Amino acid sequence: MNAINTMKLEIESRSVNESFSRVAVASFVSQLDPTIEELGDIKTAVSEAVTNSIVHGYKESKGKIYITASIFEDGKVQIKIRDKGCGIENITQAMEPLFTTSGGERAGLGFAVMESFMDKVKVSSKVGKGTTVVLEKKINGRFAKRW
Amino acid sequence: MKITFSDGILTAFVQGEIDHHSAVGIRTEIDRRIQKDKPDILRLDYSNVTFMDSSGIGLIMGRYKLMSAYSGQIEVVNVPLNMARVVRLSGIEKLGKITVKES
Repeated sequence: MNAINTMKLEIESRSVNESFSRVAVASFVSQLDPTIEELGDIKTAVSEAVTNSIVHGYKESKGKIYITASIFEDGKVQIKIRDKGCGIENITQAMEPLFTTSGGERAGLGFAVMESFMDKVKVSSKVGKGTTVVLEKKINGRFAKRW
Repeated sequence: MKITFSDGILTAFVQGEIDHHSAVGIRTEIDRRIQKDKPDILRLDYSNVTFMDSSGIGLIMGRYKLMSAYSGQIEVVNVPLNMARVVRLSGIEKLGKITVKES
């Protein structure tokens, strides 16, 4: 199925952009007339993925994060979040709830939240090359709920 | 952020969005007060939180550790319904000293 609308965003891996990126994606998705809850789910999942790129992908360094959001005819939204950071050695372990490499202030729940709030989460990564997270969610929207 | 202290209870009224970026300032302010007032109970009031991702859980976990070092307890109250899902997912309520009230 072809995307009926797409947007691309390139941001620097600065933590101040976490809020900007989730709001920008939510704003793009708004054209599907999502419920507040659906919009909240997307904002939360995007926030987790972008934070992962900033905290883990680029660690002490700075780099670019590439976000692509696409809308499909059936109301599906696909959001790709890509970085050219250090990559993940063991994806299975990284996706385990409560696993974290960052100590006391990070809950280790990033991927668990993404998986719980989205329909589909795909992670691909190459050590030294970077990580891509693909999030998918079908938006039923306020309109659909009326029927 | 409004922080009050009375009868051994330090209450922090967290406001706005909790993410990895904003959590730094929030925890610095709360930790400074914990060290100054040495409360028996730290109460995090989330009623004015408008957004949180898992950083909102990290904030609780980090303060839980600090309060445990002082033999203190932690309470999280008035978590808005649309954010309670993240709390439930984390299983953080099982830490015993945490009570989550959904507003």
